[in-house]
Amino acid sequence: MNALYSLVFVLTLVLIPLVGVGAADLKTIFGVCIPSTAIIVFVAGFVYKIIKWSRSAVPFRIPTTGGQQRPYDPTMFKQNKWDNPSTGPQTVIRMLLEVLAFRSLFRNTKASLHEGPVVAYASAKWLWLFALLFHYSFFIIVARHLRLFMEPIPGFVNALDFVDGILQIGAPVVYQSDAIIILGLGYLLGRRLWDARIRYISLVNDYFPLFLIIGIVLSGVYMRYFAKVDVMAIKELTMGLVTFHPHVPANIDITFFIHLFLVSVLLLYFPFSKLMHLGGVFLSPTRNLPNDTRMNRHINPWNDPKVHARPYADYEDEFREKMVNVGIPVDKPLPSAPAGAEAPEKA
Amino acid sequence: MQYGGKIITGLIIFLGLLCVPLLFNTASTGNAAYKQPKLELPKDEKKCIESTEFMRREHMQLLNDWRDWALRDGQRTYVNAEGKPFSISLQNTCMKCHAKKAEFCDKCHNDAAVSPYCWDCHIQPEGLSNEKK
Amino acid sequence: MSDFPRPDELYKSIDYSPPATGWMDTPIKFRPGNWCYPAKPDVLRYVHFPNPREWSAEDKDWKLPENWQDIIHQGFRERLKKFRTFQVFMDICVRCGACADKCHYFIGSGDPKNMPVLRAELLRSIYRKDFTLAGKILGKLNGARVMTEDVLKEWFMYFYQCTECRRCSLYCPYGIDTAEITMMGRELLHLVGCNINWAMEPVANCERTGNHLGIQPHAMKDIVDFMCDDIEEITGKRITVPLNEKGHEVLFTTPSGDFFADPGTYTFMGYLMLFEAIGLDYTMSTYNSEGGNFGLFTSHDAMKILNGKIYNEAKRLGVKWILGGECGHMWRVLNQYMDTMNGPADFLEVPKSPLTGTVFHNAKSTKMVHICEFTSDLIRHGKLKLDKSRNDNLRVTFHDSCNPARAMGLLEEPRYVIKNVVNNFFDMPENTIREQTFCCAGGAGLGTDEFMDMRMRGGLPRGNALRYVQEKHDVNTMACICAIDRATLIPLADYWAPGVQITGIHEMVANALILDGEKQRTMNLRQEPLPGFEEEE
Repeated sequence: MNALYSLVFVLTLVLIPLVGVGAADLKTIFGVCIPSTAIIVFVAGFVYKIIKWSRSAVPFRIPTTGGQQRPYDPTMFKQNKWDNPSTGPQTVIRMLLEVLAFRSLFRNTKASLHEGPVVAYASAKWLWLFALLFHYSFFIIVARHLRLFMEPIPGFVNALDFVDGILQIGAPVVYQSDAIIILGLGYLLGRRLWDARIRYISLVNDYFPLFLIIGIVLSGVYMRYFAKVDVMAIKELTMGLVTFHPHVPANIDITFFIHLFLVSVLLLYFPFSKLMHLGGVFLSPTRNLPNDTRMNRHINPWNDPKVHARPYADYEDEFREKMVNVGIPVDKPLPSAPAGAEAPEKA
Repeated sequence: MQYGGKIITGLIIFLGLLCVPLLFNTASTGNAAYKQPKLELPKDEKKCIESTEFMRREHMQLLNDWRDWALRDGQRTYVNAEGKPFSISLQNTCMKCHAKKAEFCDKCHNDAAVSPYCWDCHIQPEGLSNEKK
Repeated sequence: MSDFPRPDELYKSIDYSPPATGWMDTPIKFRPGNWCYPAKPDVLRYVHFPNPREWSAEDKDWKLPENWQDIIHQGFRERLKKFRTFQVFMDICVRCGACADKCHYFIGSGDPKNMPVLRAELLRSIYRKDFTLAGKILGKLNGARVMTEDVLKEWFMYFYQCTECRRCSLYCPYGIDTAEITMMGRELLHLVGCNINWAMEPVANCERTGNHLGIQPHAMKDIVDFMCDDIEEITGKRITVPLNEKGHEVLFTTPSGDFFADPGTYTFMGYLMLFEAIGLDYTMSTYNSEGGNFGLFTSHDAMKILNGKIYNEAKRLGVKWILGGECGHMWRVLNQYMDTMNGPADFLEVPKSPLTGTVFHNAKSTKMVHICEFTSDLIRHGKLKLDKSRNDNLRVTFHDSCNPARAMGLLEEPRYVIKNVVNNFFDMPENTIREQTFCCAGGAGLGTDEFMDMRMRGGLPRGNALRYVQEKHDVNTMACICAIDRATLIPLADYWAPGVQITGIHEMVANALILDGEKQRTMNLRQEPLPGFEEEE
């Protein structure tokens, strides 16, 4: 149901530029106004979100440790420096592995029940693999698009373009990243739809960005391989956006406006959604701090000195007599015994 | 703001990366408006083998087909939509009119980061560099 | 628990396919065995927690304060500011589901709300409604919902069906830590007086008497003397244990569970014999007769209040450094919270073993050393005379307790000690030990008898791994370094792997340890015959 809502919603989004550009001819609005607004909202929203997060305190240093701690004597046991870092540089490596190689997802296992009873755990790296494929293709595709935003095109974009099409299949050559991102998106959507457990936890918030990105990819693929749109005209438009000379040339295919509109929606949606995991992964206190709290004191900015343990004196006052009776040392002697009672031994 | 320095640094790097196109274009062209490249068209020929629209969209596919027909099928003649025959040859048909690669092919290909592999086999027309002038 | 299902029946009742209705529309049902009894009003009054009253989770009316929704809302807002973890974890979950089958309660119950992701969504759905624009406008379409009494009841159910073991956090690509989510959920529940007695009574006891069990100083002295009697009977040596004495080098702090119940008591005797063997200049304290900290399962303030006694007492008694016994969550607090909350411990010195001269630089700020670190160092320097054969009747595996594993990384030290005091050691399968270890399903204040159904369900992964080594290697003993484990693993093993006994590491150390001038040892600390002396019975 959530998937259906999302699909309908994305299809509606496709209709908007179809009507807006196709029927109403609002090319400037869809070609310039909406994308510019989207970029501004994206940047402002992203910054807002990061600042908002960073204004929350980090009262305690609570990394999740994934291996042997730094031992009291490094020659005695081998520290797992990347999964249980104790210094800044080690933590940087942990973060790089997390961000660039999805280290934690790589651990994934699948638990299953068998007669016996036996609970079995099998390595389950498909999610890791397809997530990695999806994210890297997405990144490459975004970077490739720089050809539409830079003039002259710098070498690395040319190189990326060349490498991405190195199999030289068809004309124009097929980008591997296009195929891989469809594969990745297909898996990510497929598991949400077919895996009952994942379907159960999936919200519109999960399907919507998936369908949106699928829409963006398909419209892009359609433009390149089927409609073969006029790239030079499009570059004139996109360059106009980044050089602040907004201009919509003639001869731009309607598919481009759909593509651009969906991208604009993605940018608008990004800072206010789960997609902010892009920034959030860097701010997760269970990963980005070293496990060094026995060596270096972490400061809690809102530590309240008024919250403190029951003082010892208070405790002794309550139990002094019982302590003295069994010979436990006390700080303050018992009040002098009333006349007739047995005197303290030392008297 | 705890760890504010690191977070702001990260944010600035991120924003900097986003601004790469802006800065780059300002540095390279002074942020001048970009215009689609003007191709140098043949002076003595007004019509290509197919319509301009067809050629813009399909030239890459056509060249691919020509290669296959000529080299794999031994078919050396192409008949266009109007029934007019052409010899299937990059050098002798295409380059006869579009003699200057740098003034024709490269104009768009450079701006669109396209690197066709025509010249992996064909000898580039002499004296014409692949680089944009 | 007479109607308690047999293991095979319980196992057959586990169904991983989710219900037909969405989780927001699936009502929960409190039934005996899946919730812990509420805190008694007297207990709450003693620790000044709000809304003390008699109530039951199965009641329709939970007797909440009139403005409870407002209280929760304000508490939520305050914690979003105070904890970046909370704020970030509310925003960035992508619901990839990697955490789903990592939770022992999910594996053992199949209840989808025991998937860590849904446990967090219980809070996130309210967060979206109350604190995000999209949630306010789109409502349920955006995964948001209004805070109702039913939602609060769900919170109570599922934040008290989480042992804060952090196993899910290990697998989360963003490190979202359900322990942190549960701590926030519990703090919010405290604001309106919904809490459990098994956590709150220990907190109150600890605040008053210095330990969870409410043992008063004279009674503690009795207990220690009684153990010294047992040690004398076993070894022929009379030892004395300094209590609250000033001027010693080391303050020793251990969970009070070790004074009170078998087999923790044997571990405690083990510590005493170890200190006797090496002539450690130490004292214990009745004021700080608890290393464990049920405040961790309650609130950050409660944690700080209970933990503060350790440094208070170290300062008052004038020791140089602190040695900590075998305990799981105690070491999470000591490693990740103590110095921040109650430090700096600038009145102490960097711990240095008086026997080996080893300086514990890794504890240079907290000045607190884990006894497994301390003992492994003694063994390495040959300071202990050990007769491993005395433990030859034991075939041992080791249960990594959640907190030393995932909030510290104390993995090799205990294994080193075990391997030096027993001949037969076998690890459980790799997906169930070290940082991937499974919880005993009774931590975080849930180790109470009325919760036995969920405990046995949650104990399935650990019990099953234990059963595996029991069948494969004839393992008959599971060692652990946690006082809660020593209490909760016993019913777990009886249920899922009958015939396996539970022990602390220092019980085995003391069995192997040869004291100067001891009589010939014929029995172990449990006063069972040692290998080779069985026929004398």
